[in-house]
Amino acid sequence: MQLTQSSVGRKIIMAVTGIVLVAFVCVHLLGNTSIFVGADAINAYAQKLHSLGPLVWVFRLVMLAAFVIHIFFGIQLTIENKAATPEANVQVKRQKTGFAAETMVISGLVLLAFVIYHLLHFTVRVTNPEIYVPMGDQGMVDVYYMVVMGFQAVLPVAVYVVAMGFLFLHVSHGFQSFFQTLGLSNDKSLPITMNISKLIAVVLLLGYISIPVLIVAGLVKI
Amino acid sequence: MKLKLHVWRQNGPNDKGRLETYEAPDVSPDQSFLEMLDDVNQALAKEGRDIIAFDHDCREGICGMCSQVINGKAHGGQERTTVCQLHMREFNDGDEIYIEPWKAKAFPIIKDLAVDRTGLEKIIQAGGYTSCHTGGVADGNALPIGKEAADYAMDAAECIGCGACVASCPNSSAMLFTSAKVAQLAVLPQGKVEAHRRVMAMTEAAKESDFGNCTNHYECQAACPKGIDVKFIAKLNREYLKALIK
Ligand code: HEM
Ligand code: FES
Repeated sequence: MQLTQSSVGRKIIMAVTGIVLVAFVCVHLLGNTSIFVGADAINAYAQKLHSLGPLVWVFRLVMLAAFVIHIFFGIQLTIENKAATPEANVQVKRQKTGFAAETMVISGLVLLAFVIYHLLHFTVRVTNPEIYVPMGDQGMVDVYYMVVMGFQAVLPVAVYVVAMGFLFLHVSHGFQSFFQTLGLSNDKSLPITMNISKLIAVVLLLGYISIPVLIVAGLVKI
Repeated sequence: MKLKLHVWRQNGPNDKGRLETYEAPDVSPDQSFLEMLDDVNQALAKEGRDIIAFDHDCREGICGMCSQVINGKAHGGQERTTVCQLHMREFNDGDEIYIEPWKAKAFPIIKDLAVDRTGLEKIIQAGGYTSCHTGGVADGNALPIGKEAADYAMDAAECIGCGACVASCPNSSAMLFTSAKVAQLAVLPQGKVEAHRRVMAMTEAAKESDFGNCTNHYECQAACPKGIDVKFIAKLNREYLKALIK
C-alpha cells in the first residue's frame, strides 16, 4: 500500500491524525474552561457528554485510533530517519530548525505517558479514590469536586504543567507541519502558519495550565 | 593569514575516519576555499604525504560537485554560496576551521571529503525526465508556457544536485532535491503527462536509496546554495496526493 509504506504517504497519515489530535486538545480545553464558570457549569458539561451514550464511545474509538496510528508511524519514521544518518558530523550547526522540531518523538512519548496518567486520574479514576464522589444515579461523579481536589497537591499540578510544556513544543512544530505535509503551504503562507503554530501552542499551554495552577493557588475552590 | 584546519580523513567507506589537524600558514583573503585547500595539498604532496581528497569541478558554483561541511554547515553557511565560491575573506587570521564530508547513509564516503552521490542519480533516473521523441531544437514559443509557470519551473531547475539539502537535514532526507525536479516538470506541459508516475517513482527511489523522511525542519532551504524553496516540497506533497487519489 502506497499510503502506509511510502515516505510521503506515512507523513500524510501523521499529519491527518496529528491535526485530529490538535482539534481534540482545542475542543477539550474549551470544555474544561467551564470550570471557571462554576461547579454547575462543568458538571452540566460532563452530564451532557455522558448523556450522548454510545456516541461517546464512537468518539473515543476514533481518538484512540488516531492516537495509536500517529504514535506508530511517528516512531517508525523516527527510527528510519535516525538510521539514515548513522554518524553525524563532529560539528553540526543548525540554521533554521529548532528544539521543538528536533524532539518531536520525545515530546510525543511524554504526551503518551501523560495521557495514560490523565485518563487514570480523571477518566478511569483510580489514582486518588478520595476525590471521586458519586453524583446522581447514573454512575457519575462530582467532576468539579474531583478536579479541584485533584489539584490540591503540588505533585499532580507539576505533572500537568510539565506535560503541557511538551504539548506546547509538539504543537508549535506540528501545526505548521500539517500544512506543509498536505501541500497546503507556499513561500508566502509558511512564515504565517509558523507563527500561528506558535500562537496556538502558547494558547493551549496557558489555557491548560491555568486550571491546575489557579486551583493550587487557591483561586478556584470548593 | 594563518589558519588551523581540522579535516576529516577516511580511507574508504569501511574505514573508521577521524579529524586530523593541518596548518594553512599563508592564506590570502582573495583565495577561494578550494584554492586554500589546494595549497595545503601541495604542501602535503611535497612532504610525500597523502593529500586530502575532495570533489570539485567547475569552481564557479554551477556544477554541484564541491561538497564540504564547514564548521558544521553545508557549504559553510554563507547564503546561496557553494564551497568553491566561498572566499577566505570570510575568515579571520588564527581561525580554526572544521572541514567534514556530507554524512548520510545514502552517501558512502569514497575518501576523506569525497562522497558517492549515486543515490541522487537513482532518484533522477526514476522519473526526472520526460519521455518524448527528441529531434531538432523546438522553435521558440512553439509550445506556449505562461510566464508564471516558466519562472516557477526555472526557480526549481536551479538545483545543481550538490546534496547540501541531504547533508544539512537532520533526517538525511533528499526531499528538497526530489521536489525541485518534481515541481519543475509538474508545471510544464511536457512534464504534466507523466506527473503522477513521476512523483511516485521518484519518492520511492529516494526511500530505496536510504534517504530519510522529511519532517519539515527546513534546514535544506537554509543550506541550499541555490536557495531552492521548501514550497517545492509542499508542491511535491500536493502532486503526491493528486497521484494517490486519481
Ligand atoms: C502520544 C504520542 C505521540 C507521539 C509519539 C508523536 C510523535 C510525532 C512525531 C514523531 C511526529 C513527526 C515529526 C514531524 O513531522 O516533525 C509528529 C507530528 C505531529 N504530531 Fe505527534 N506525537 C504524539 C502525540 C501527539 C498529540 C497529542 C498531538 C496533538 C496535540 C500531536 C500532533 C502532531 C501534529 C499536528 C504533527 C505534525 C504532522 C506532520 O508531520 O505534518 N501528536 N508526532
Ligand atoms: S565546484 Fe562546481 S559548484 Fe563548486
